[in-house]
Amino acid sequence: MSVRWKNSTLAGWGRFAATHARVARPERQSELDRVLSDTSASLIARGAGKAYGDAAQNGAANVANMQRLDRLLAFDAATGVLECEAGVTFRTLLDAFVPKGFVPPVSPGTAFATVGGALAADVHGKNHDRHGSFGDHVLWFDLLCADGQTRRVSPDSHSDLFAATIGGMGLTGIVRRLAFRLLPGTGHVRVETQRIADLDAFFAAFEAARANATFSVGWIDALARGAKLGRGVFETAEFAPAASVAPVAKTLPIPLDLPPFALSRLSVGAFNEFYWRRAPAQKRASSRPLDAFFYPLDRLADWNRLYGKRGFFQFQSVVPDATAFAATRKMLEAVSAAGTASFLAVLKTLGGPGRGLLSFPLRGVTLALDVPNAPGATALMAELERLALEAGGRIYLAKDALQAPASLRAGYPHLAAFEETLLRWDPQRRFASDLSRRLRIGEATP
Amino acid sequence: MKSAWLILGASSAIARAFARRVAASGADILLVARDGEDANTLAADFVLRGSPSCKAIGFDGDVAAAFRDFAQGAVPNVFLAFGSMPAQSEIDADPAALAQTLDVNFASPVALLHRLMPVLEAAPGGAIVALGSVAGDRGRLKNYVYGAAKAGLHAYLQGLRARGVRSGVQVVTVKPGFVDTAMTWGLPGMFLVAAPDAIAASCLAAVAKKRDTIYAPFFWWGIMTIIRHIPERIFKKLNI
Repeated sequence: MSVRWKNSTLAGWGRFAATHARVARPERQSELDRVLSDTSASLIARGAGKAYGDAAQNGAANVANMQRLDRLLAFDAATGVLECEAGVTFRTLLDAFVPKGFVPPVSPGTAFATVGGALAADVHGKNHDRHGSFGDHVLWFDLLCADGQTRRVSPDSHSDLFAATIGGMGLTGIVRRLAFRLLPGTGHVRVETQRIADLDAFFAAFEAARANATFSVGWIDALARGAKLGRGVFETAEFAPAASVAPVAKTLPIPLDLPPFALSRLSVGAFNEFYWRRAPAQKRASSRPLDAFFYPLDRLADWNRLYGKRGFFQFQSVVPDATAFAATRKMLEAVSAAGTASFLAVLKTLGGPGRGLLSFPLRGVTLALDVPNAPGATALMAELERLALEAGGRIYLAKDALQAPASLRAGYPHLAAFEETLLRWDPQRRFASDLSRRLRIGEATP
Repeated sequence: MKSAWLILGASSAIARAFARRVAASGADILLVARDGEDANTLAADFVLRGSPSCKAIGFDGDVAAAFRDFAQGAVPNVFLAFGSMPAQSEIDADPAALAQTLDVNFASPVALLHRLMPVLEAAPGGAIVALGSVAGDRGRLKNYVYGAAKAGLHAYLQGLRARGVRSGVQVVTVKPGFVDTAMTWGLPGMFLVAAPDAIAASCLAAVAKKRDTIYAPFFWWGIMTIIRHIPERIFKKLNI
């Protein structure tokens, strides 16, 4: 049977810079082999399309949509090791394994993301200090390589491909199946919430939480200035012995794209003010379903439509501990000075480097915030990028839509080793994406 | 008493979604698919999603006997989901494609269901849920061999339903509109495309509510009511 390709327009979650591509959507493993052999143009795998930028699109070429390769294959309750196909989502992991007493070891901000995407972006959650990133829990994966062969890749077998694929944004091939360890856990967390007055207090709270909290996250009012700069809400959480499984929260759809004037400094500022005032001034504990803590935005289906047709950018950097405080202050000053309608920014600590050559984490502090695509947005994004790089940090590829090739090279010291691995396994560059072309990955080596 | 489901054509997206739902409700599942490797993958998936016992077999053996043995001690049920929809032009060009379309969408399902009905009648209380198509409601220029096969299947299911009323077997005809499956992927002219899981949910609801025939999603009833009532002397000139 021949492969059926669908002409599609694809963009990332930020809905910026959509491009046209042919998309195949295999429903069986045998069809995936034919997808690669059916074309001589380049190919990139796409999961749920939750990366914000251009990682999972491939203009004028081909895309393999992996969402229908979503079968659970084997689970060992003694070790917690799960084998599954790459299109399995975090939603499925929660539904199938919370009743058995297991949870994903690391969870990104949306349950709709796939585990294949989580591997490709080496995603982190609110527990990075404690549990590292997704790649830290991967035992092996089956990779469809450029030569059409599928190889089982692990730290012991094809270790160069292992290091290049974890965090490698799909550029080494297509992950068909993977094995990773789930962690013992329950369907509820006990959350301690506390209002934070300014950035000093935030860093002090993180420093105290780092050693003993399983989960920690800070929400910053990115529009606050002056003495209020860096104010926000700080949460730490531990698994709670809950009696029952968390019910799936109903999603509220966003039925249409909001017009550009709906989100202004005024309306978003009012929301941020409300969010801050709602949090208790003194530390207070409450029990919350895992979903609500991990994926607060999943309750709003298609929330990216809040930003309208022009879309938005998400900036996310990590900066080493030593320079983190000063750099975060400068970045927040830049955001509040620009007056862009940014909702709550997210501040988290990361514990150390990942296992991939292009893994995002390093020991430091990560700041993430939305910037609507309005006049001045790209200038602000460039300024934030400059501040992060100047402080010895880097930009997260799962969010990136704009960074300069030089910033990638400066932020990711193992990029050259990554490119050498690509040259070895995929000299014809069968795997490519809009992101790899924009960042000129593989073009520096002569 | 617990249920056992036979899933015919388990590799289809609607069958996958349907089987996951019955797996989560604790039913045993015997699945039949052409691609053996894929069938084993699906069996593993259904077990991890809650099915206490799940096995995969091919179409070549005696499916009815295998299901009779598998469903011992449970209420047997059947979900029939296989089919194929080649382009009309492909059928026009190749007599083998015509024969195959009639076989896959009509002759094979009927032969299988006819062998399975006694298994269900021996332990009454179960259901047969079979996927027909809105294409079977009226012969159309663009799709009339496939439509004719599905129309034949609909007529067979009507008779089977009458037999089942007397022997305690429910027969549900499901007529899906456009569904987001491998069958419709990349085809031009698709609109109001439904998710496979939405169709699966409608199928289960139809069983629970003892429905005879359903359109899925429901609004295809309205669309097809209009299509069925266009006078033939006009309809024959329409390019749909």
